[in-house]
Amino acid sequence: MLIVIATAIVLMLLIGIRRSYVGTSATAITGLLLATIVAAAMLPYTNQQVTPLLIVDQYSLFFTPIICALAMFIAILSFPYLFRLNDDKEEYYLLLTVATVGAIIMVSSNHFISTILGLETLSMALYGMVAYPLHCKESAKYPLEAAVKYLVLSAVATSFILFGMALLYAKTGTLAFSNVTTAHELEAGATYIGVTNIGPMQGLSDNYTIIALLLIIAGIAFKLSLAPFHMWTPDVYEGSPLPATAYLATVGKAAMFVVLLRFLEISDALAFDSVVTAFTLVASLSILVGNLLALLQDNLKRILAYSSIAHMGYLLIAVIASQYLAGTISVEAVTFYLIAYVIMTLGAFGVASVISSSEKEFDEVSDYRGLFWREPWLAGIFTAMLLSLAGIPLTVGFIGKFYLVLAGVESGLWVLLGVLVVGSGIGLYYYLRIVYRMLLPQRDAFAYREAGIESLSSYGVLALLLLLLVVLGIYPTPLMTLIQSVAAVI
Amino acid sequence: MILVLLISILFIGGLLAWVSEIFDPALPRIVALVTVIVELLVMLTLLGATDSPDPAWLASINAAWMPRFGIGFHLAADGLSVLLLLLTAFLGIIAVGSAWNEITERVGFFYFNLLWTLAGVVGVFTALDLFLFFFFWEVMLIPMYFIIAIWGHENKNYAAMKFFIFTQVSGLLMLVSILVLAYFHYEQFGFFSFDYFDLLRVNTTGPLEMLVMLGFFIAFTTKLPSMPFHSWLPDAHSQAPTPGSVILAGVLLKTGAYGLIRFAVPLFPEASMQFAPVAMTLAAISILYCAKVAFAQTDIKRLIAYTSVSHMGFVLLGVYAWNEQALQGAVMTMLAHGLSAAALFMFAGGLQHRIHTRDMTQMGGFLAKVPRMATVALFFSIAALGMPGLGNFIGEFLALLGAFQASIWATVAAALGLVLASVYSLWVIQRVFHGAYRAEVGTAQFNESQLLDFDRREMVYYGLMMLGLVWMGMYPQPFLDLSAGTLQTLLENSRQLLAAVPN
Repeated sequence: MLIVIATAIVLMLLIGIRRSYVGTSATAITGLLLATIVAAAMLPYTNQQVTPLLIVDQYSLFFTPIICALAMFIAILSFPYLFRLNDDKEEYYLLLTVATVGAIIMVSSNHFISTILGLETLSMALYGMVAYPLHCKESAKYPLEAAVKYLVLSAVATSFILFGMALLYAKTGTLAFSNVTTAHELEAGATYIGVTNIGPMQGLSDNYTIIALLLIIAGIAFKLSLAPFHMWTPDVYEGSPLPATAYLATVGKAAMFVVLLRFLEISDALAFDSVVTAFTLVASLSILVGNLLALLQDNLKRILAYSSIAHMGYLLIAVIASQYLAGTISVEAVTFYLIAYVIMTLGAFGVASVISSSEKEFDEVSDYRGLFWREPWLAGIFTAMLLSLAGIPLTVGFIGKFYLVLAGVESGLWVLLGVLVVGSGIGLYYYLRIVYRMLLPQRDAFAYREAGIESLSSYGVLALLLLLLVVLGIYPTPLMTLIQSVAAVI
Repeated sequence: MILVLLISILFIGGLLAWVSEIFDPALPRIVALVTVIVELLVMLTLLGATDSPDPAWLASINAAWMPRFGIGFHLAADGLSVLLLLLTAFLGIIAVGSAWNEITERVGFFYFNLLWTLAGVVGVFTALDLFLFFFFWEVMLIPMYFIIAIWGHENKNYAAMKFFIFTQVSGLLMLVSILVLAYFHYEQFGFFSFDYFDLLRVNTTGPLEMLVMLGFFIAFTTKLPSMPFHSWLPDAHSQAPTPGSVILAGVLLKTGAYGLIRFAVPLFPEASMQFAPVAMTLAAISILYCAKVAFAQTDIKRLIAYTSVSHMGFVLLGVYAWNEQALQGAVMTMLAHGLSAAALFMFAGGLQHRIHTRDMTQMGGFLAKVPRMATVALFFSIAALGMPGLGNFIGEFLALLGAFQASIWATVAAALGLVLASVYSLWVIQRVFHGAYRAEVGTAQFNESQLLDFDRREMVYYGLMMLGLVWMGMYPQPFLDLSAGTLQTLLENSRQLLAAVPN
């Protein structure tokens, strides 16, 4: 049954790929929609290992529809964006679906091989998406620069991860995620319970394991753009076309984080003090660097890039907390915040891409002057997304932050919480700066609308995201309950 | 249910006001006025209400909201809440009145923000679940930010940003504190709860208690504000449009004081008692320092803003004296200052609206030109300086009387503030209304024909506020009775908790 689901998802995506002609985008969107529904419908039933490589449990089935839905939203948003691109447009959707397959593999992997497979499938397709409007002069500013930068640096990161994996393999003798502290074999198909018990060491010393773990973590931090491995983020965000940026920032990050979470939970890597220290440093640095550097930016995409660095840092707080907490609260916190993060990030990029098109991107903060009076709905959605990123109540971002702080408080991570408070305070400034810019009276009649084409469905996506943002911000109980049951699996 | 109604009236009224702009730009202000008047009428029914299973509360509602963490939608109102609610609705009417002619741009959105701010405030005054409280605490910020940022004066971006960041960051500290407290509850009772009554039972001890209490204290004193967290206030006030100032001074500042009385001290009686000398010293410094700084201002709105900080020092002093007289005094000061400060800001705003400056060096001799305005300003100035017979005197006198029993030195220092108060209050009157008329001397930089006296509509608002102050000053007993029950319960609870602590 499980193989059927997995293949069904892949098949539907393949259908989306085959007919790469006029109806490509429509097919891709439909395929993704079907995949979303099927995966969501499977949620209550399954909990099984599909081949040694993939695990289809509730946690992966929870994220699969989310990723499919995100990909679908981005496909819808891309449609008007790419409409006037003077080039072949169809392959873009191919890349998008392939990337989605990679992301789905990632969220359901508990084996190093499948992790790398998924990661590379995702990244390879993303390089293409980032560089897509290459042959158009007036398009996104530096797609080639962004793509090459992303390609080279992400290849380096992957090699870090691979090296770390190889070292771990030498230690544990298995490529499946396994408890590195005890290094015992896990029975295939069993559900894993990460119990902290440091068993007798076999052969290689602790330090060896730590080095291996740090290598993997460095690689993953690279992909998640955590400081000090964040250098590529602003440039790549700025250089790529907006829908690709949105994809990179939401699906790419979310899938990677799920892998990280699963790996840490199963491997129990946080039992090592030095790993916790490394994470603490990375988290505090990300929050501070992300927020401080965002202050200096004038480009919307760069601001959002730095803010995403900070948000990844916030998320790490809950990850670290998982070491100190017996229950599932930190996994819940991470899961909830990830959902909040993808909603608000996609919303913010969505607004920007509705305004822009492949011919002209409006990504300077000053471009948004007077938006409130010109396009009240768009500006309202944008404001809501930014306030949510800042963690203001009535939005899902606040509930997410509430979860994180709760996890932090329970595990007594006072320093990190202090950094969180300071970081959020700084963050307010640059989010409000954008909001304020939108509130200013309009200077002159900008040639806005001429660039893109109106698409009702894009507005529909944005409205849906806004609805999610507010509903989950006011009454998150159903989602909380769902996450609670899902998080118990990991 | 009545409390849900109170909040939803304002939320829905706000939306209606926004939508009604499509039909006619004159409509939003009428919708808003009707909304606040209905709000006030519904509140009056609270006075005799028995809408609560617990007789100590006039009205309450408790429903599950996020059961995962024991967060409930728990609203309740007792005498103290009702007094402040009435103040909120009353000043809501005044604020709509002061916006009537001043706000001419994007009217619908303005009244939407105004009413949503009030809704947040009503929520704050009635929430008994700490998560819900925090929720409303933040809800009132965003519309206020918009009010300052869109309709403010020349330096509005800076002021709005400062206001937002100060209150938001201190709010985050409070959130951390709330969560720590909830976690204590989890450790001691085995389940999460954010309910006020559950959290009151939490046994907090040790240095952590002090830190957690400080989280609350900083959030509330930032809002109050008190030294050293006051610096956002003069900027916010001087840049805010008149109705924004009215709401800010009249109502929003009181949420900080309410938070101290309802949450900060009762939840941490032991830490608060240890901290009381520091808090009272801060209060005394606040009173004296800000009175002195007020004297040095030339911007009339900044001056009034600093006097606000100074007066709120009496509230802080009264709260941390923590006996019945002092608390009564604090509550009375909150009410009376709500009216007098709102009126003074309205006067300053009205003046600015007429002559487009807040600079007092440009003013002088206005008495001859605008006698009604001069009289109104004089009345509220002497109210603010604590003239017997008006509400502020009762409040400050009781606060000092109670504080004297707790700390003699802080009280003596604070009482000197009354002297300074009369200096700066009368100084304003002298600068603006007495002396030679500027236009005749030829130094005026404003358009003289704009300087019109208050019209009948404005006089009605000022008249209402005067009436309120005289009532509070002459016959404060109904107000005192209304809050007495609440305050006695709070005092009794904390006394029991303190007695239970082994020394």
